[in-house]
Amino acid sequence: MSPVPVNLSDLMTEILADHRDLEGSLLPILHAVQAAWGYVPQEALPIIAHDLNITRAEVHGVISFYHDFREEPAGRHVVKLCRAEACQSMGADRVAGHAQRRLGVDWHGTTADGAVTLEPVFCLGLCACAPAALIDGRVVGRVDEARFDALVAEIGVGVMA
Amino acid sequence: MKIYLPRDAAAKALGADDVATALQVEAAHHGVTVDLVRNGSRGMVWLEPLIEVVQNGARLAFGPMTVADVPGLFGDLAAHPKALGPTDDLPWMKAQTRLTFARVGVIDPLSLDDYRAHGGLTGLAKALGMGSEAIVAEVTASGLRGRGGAGFPTGIKWKTVAGAKADRKYIVCNADEGDSGTFADRMLMEGDPFTLIEGMIIAGVAVGATKGYVYLRSEYPDAIEVMTEAVVLARAAGILGKSVLGSGPAFDMEIRTGAGAYVCGEETSLLNSLEGKRGVVRAKPPLPALEGFLGKPTVVNNVISLATVPAIFEMGAAFYKGFGLGRSLGTIPLQIAGNVARGGLFECAFGLSLTQIIDEIAGGTASGRPVKAVQVGGPLGAYFPRAMFHLPFGYEEYASADGLIGHAGIVVFDDSADMLKQARFAMEFCAIESCGKCTPCRIGAVRGVETIDRIARGDTAAIPLLTDLCQTMKAGSLCALGGFTPYPVMSALTHFPDDFSPMKEAAE
Repeated sequence: MSPVPVNLSDLMTEILADHRDLEGSLLPILHAVQAAWGYVPQEALPIIAHDLNITRAEVHGVISFYHDFREEPAGRHVVKLCRAEACQSMGADRVAGHAQRRLGVDWHGTTADGAVTLEPVFCLGLCACAPAALIDGRVVGRVDEARFDALVAEIGVGVMA
Repeated sequence: MKIYLPRDAAAKALGADDVATALQVEAAHHGVTVDLVRNGSRGMVWLEPLIEVVQNGARLAFGPMTVADVPGLFGDLAAHPKALGPTDDLPWMKAQTRLTFARVGVIDPLSLDDYRAHGGLTGLAKALGMGSEAIVAEVTASGLRGRGGAGFPTGIKWKTVAGAKADRKYIVCNADEGDSGTFADRMLMEGDPFTLIEGMIIAGVAVGATKGYVYLRSEYPDAIEVMTEAVVLARAAGILGKSVLGSGPAFDMEIRTGAGAYVCGEETSLLNSLEGKRGVVRAKPPLPALEGFLGKPTVVNNVISLATVPAIFEMGAAFYKGFGLGRSLGTIPLQIAGNVARGGLFECAFGLSLTQIIDEIAGGTASGRPVKAVQVGGPLGAYFPRAMFHLPFGYEEYASADGLIGHAGIVVFDDSADMLKQARFAMEFCAIESCGKCTPCRIGAVRGVETIDRIARGDTAAIPLLTDLCQTMKAGSLCALGGFTPYPVMSALTHFPDDFSPMKEAAE
């Protein structure tokens, strides 16, 4: 891909052109916007709506339906902890509680310094090496409290005492 | 020196990439050239990262490997502390019947030469010589049923689409494997992506579809990467494109990424999502087979169903049908997960009991404590107590015990599990993931959480209310999310009543 345009309108022109020939292109477009911009800004909605000949409300409806799409920027790092049953059987609830206390945030929260956003996720397919996490897109298995602390230290995050 | 080290997400999650780096550094230090193949996983997750060193034509296994274990690979292999012997001789491997997963962990996932050398494209070549009707007949004769969990006969679905008249038809692969405890789709796509592509092409030829989509969940970044690259390679090799394998009809495909909605694993919700809409469930009829993607006739099949098709054509329907029991024919990739000593993927004929699966194959719990409950079939599957472990693994056998095999994920809990908490989670999950279209699911799940909270506070009058609510959700929901959430809830209540009794708190 060419370097990311710094201007949203240029970025949108480029993304919409790239997705012109796809059937059902809205999800791929939203993924592309989020990948380039970090989130889907409100200003992008009318541009997408106009291009696809749908209403702005329909675009908003799609964005709000899916857990993946953000309407605001996330922290510099995104830590996703699995909350599903296989991970629960290996102590995921305990680890999640620890993570929330250490970072001082609830689910979907971002630390005050903007370093980390903590998200729940329901299954990463790592159910035989639970509890599992996804840190900035990198998979991690057997995450206990000590491993969690080591992981956030690795991404250079000072944890709350 | 030829070495295999998985690129599978589970292996990576346990440090495979660090081991790979250490391997290259150590090899350079010894002046040895290493031909490193990043294969799929053999499925023995407790041994990951599992390295295989080729010696005298045999693949010798070492695991679970750490960076510190790497230097030893350049000395006396037999004396290596992590040496396990030849991979094929390990009990976990020997006890399996690997048909769908025959190549997973064996080949380089992105090498078409390797794929061909291990029987790849044989099934497609046979199918191309048979014609549409004979292909559908062969799939029907194999007894293959939907491995996503619904268990609908694949051949009958294909026949409906084949018979539909339309200017365009589609093959949609449901790779939105959201059930906790399942990872067969992920492992297959990461370890042998061309098998899925081949299966989709055969489906396309059978029903007259020229376009395929894989709807792949965003929680699987590694699978997305491998599948995307595999499609590019298959297109470049002429396997996909204007004429399949240079002589067949046109077929091409795309990988599409989901966006974190569990309900999109339901086929009609998936189709809406693929069309760029909210993943809201559609009422059936019309069946997707007649009015599916963009209103056109569409085959929607699970990854494992489609990936099993090439093996059926390679070995013949009669051979495949020779495995299994009752109406559950062929093999099933069991995914053994949660609190188990030996977890992973184990492909075998239908019919094993949970006693065999958990006590013998998986070696009991990881914690060493007694097994309390086993949830089979994901978040919508029932929790079974030990008294029901004799059930043979099959679609009808589980349905008759108020459960389901689903996508064959098996999650084990030890005696520290609180079944009221698990029932509450099932309702909470349904509330979070409900698409909102039908009331029993949207409102029922919220009321379910509240009602279970009442029971937790010692209000036993809420128990019949919960039972009644579950009946309403089961009978009145539009799809399996609201309709099956009562399975984990009611099984927890029925089989583990002590966890719902006010005595519990008194005892604590």
